Amino acid sequence: MNRIDEMFRGSDGKAVLIGFTTAGFPDGESSLRLAQGLLAHCDALELGIPFSDPVLDGPVIQESSLRALRAGFRPRDVFPLAQRLRELSDKPLLLMTYYNPVHRLGHAPFAAAAAAAGIDGVLIPDLPPEEMGDWKEVASQHGLHTVLFASMTTPPERLRYLGEMTGGFLYCFAVKGTTGLRDSLSRDLAPFLKRVRSCCSVPLAAGLGVSNPEQCREVAGMADGVVVGSALVKSALDAIAAGLDPAPAAAELAAELKRSLQRT
Amino acid sequence: MPQRRGSFGNFGGRFVPETLVAPLLELEQAYLEAREDASFQEELENYLHDYAGRPTALYEARRLSRELGGATVFLKREDLCHTGSHKINNTLGQCLLARRMGKRRVIAETGAGQHGVATATAAALLGLECEVYMGEVDMERQALNVFRMELLGARVVPVRSGSRTLKDAVNEALRDWVATADYTHYCLGSVVGPHPFPSLVRDLQSVIGREAREQHLRRTGRLPDCLVACVGGGSNSIGLFHPFLDTTVRMVGVEAGGTGEGPGEHGSTLCLGSVGVLHGARSFLLQDEDGQVLETHSISAGLDYPGVGPEHAYLKERGRVQYTRVSDGEALAAVDLLCRTEGILPALESAHAVALAASLAREMGPGSSLVVCLSGRGDKDVSTLMAAKRGGSAVHDEGLRP
Repeated sequence: MNRIDEMFRGSDGKAVLIGFTTAGFPDGESSLRLAQGLLAHCDALELGIPFSDPVLDGPVIQESSLRALRAGFRPRDVFPLAQRLRELSDKPLLLMTYYNPVHRLGHAPFAAAAAAAGIDGVLIPDLPPEEMGDWKEVASQHGLHTVLFASMTTPPERLRYLGEMTGGFLYCFAVKGTTGLRDSLSRDLAPFLKRVRSCCSVPLAAGLGVSNPEQCREVAGMADGVVVGSALVKSALDAIAAGLDPAPAAAELAAELKRSLQRT
Repeated sequence: MPQRRGSFGNFGGRFVPETLVAPLLELEQAYLEAREDASFQEELENYLHDYAGRPTALYEARRLSRELGGATVFLKREDLCHTGSHKINNTLGQCLLARRMGKRRVIAETGAGQHGVATATAAALLGLECEVYMGEVDMERQALNVFRMELLGARVVPVRSGSRTLKDAVNEALRDWVATADYTHYCLGSVVGPHPFPSLVRDLQSVIGREAREQHLRRTGRLPDCLVACVGGGSNSIGLFHPFLDTTVRMVGVEAGGTGEGPGEHGSTLCLGSVGVLHGARSFLLQDEDGQVLETHSISAGLDYPGVGPEHAYLKERGRVQYTRVSDGEALAAVDLLCRTEGILPALESAHAVALAASLAREMGPGSSLVVCLSGRGDKDVSTLMAAKRGGSAVHDEGLRP
């Protein structure tokens, strides 16, 4: 069984914490330590493949992406990085990538490399199901889940379709907008998640703009998983700016977020 | 739900985050309705006629033709449109559509500033809020247009990410739209982006080719032998070409050759790029072997873009339109040529088409005719031209091809 399915099955009704960091950020070697630190506290980890034109990302993840690219990190370098994490942990690992690097490498080579590295699922936010071609099929032949997204703008009929098409869970955008920290959760989030729940039977994870323990706790009451990205990456960026080691700083925040979920 | 691939053969499509799927469907629906609505079409036509100054002239450039000693060159004078370029054809249509959809705000990206000015103009005309994203590099080289947009009541937002040019302005506009589509229409300036933009913008720009076809026919009793237009995203060229697709007229699109063929030296997406996905569509793209989008260069900000409209990719693949490139230096020489022979200062973008038309006209010989889309006027480029002429720039007039 896919590790993602096992995670939700074994979560005992408690929301899981899915962390995110940009692969290759701040550079190849530190990226491994950063990811490892996050994985110690999170239930699963998304590795973002740095891309030149991250249109769904706000300033924090844009910055991490840019730094990874400047450090010479290439999309294919994510596979050995994932492989090393896989040797250290049995938790679910996911790749978050814009579509063009997948398109460029080719669906089958990308899926094969991801599966060989021990990846469990792939998220491609600019690839709606209508445009997937044979991607989902190829990915699933390699045992990979293709995780789809739902937005507050998605009508119920389409929510049902996305719920049927997605693999592992449905990623629900907690805001209309790009990734990044927000002071508070959207008032539309609760009715949105309720709507998704009534249309879909898969586990739901909410992410985008979920930044601190309070927000995590709030989301945990409504979803099966919470995704935190920008806040973790920002803690690493802040540590770097202060001349500190980013890995323990981000790990500490991840631990705090995880504790907030255990108290729910 | 149906599995759909691109709108133009294998090109086009809607490669966007889920949040934009519903707004794009809403836009498509609104556009399909407006297209069939006689009162909408009438209002648009009235604005194009009374406000934008259409139809624009199809001008026979006699001295230029004589100097070249070949085909008769006709200029489709989009430079005479209100705001100085063909961009107003599109923004009037889209801003009317925005109003029809009940959106109170429009956003736009701009490179040379022509689309930004045209959007700010239509927004002022129709009482819409307007914000224009513009790369910091472009704001410097097109300072005049920045000021014009501000005069028109728009807010110009500097884009400091990436290469700080047109591509990054599109990224930033998309980021805005993902968050604000409830009350905002993204007035995209070219035949790029996710469906329905490439079709919507093409339809609005096709007025160029419809007029040119009728004007040439009336004037000479036949169709032209060849059409030439510059291609950045490709809106003026599609606008000219599209109404001729059912004919055998030869068509040539001219891309920015910049300073060379190396990465970062040009904007020759169709000539030197490969198939990829950027800004919501599958088309040709300047990218490295990993699929990272490359930086581009052109002396003209409007052609400084690593992507191209998916319909152009389709027309290239089918072999219906030929695509070629003209260097910075050749474009500069063409500015000179048109100024001296006709008293017309073309935009640097349009000068790329003029440069190619000059060499084609010589090849084609007397008795044949060629229509060039003069997509914009060159006032905005005066400081770039001064720098090039007075040696303040690395680019020099290279003369035209023999």
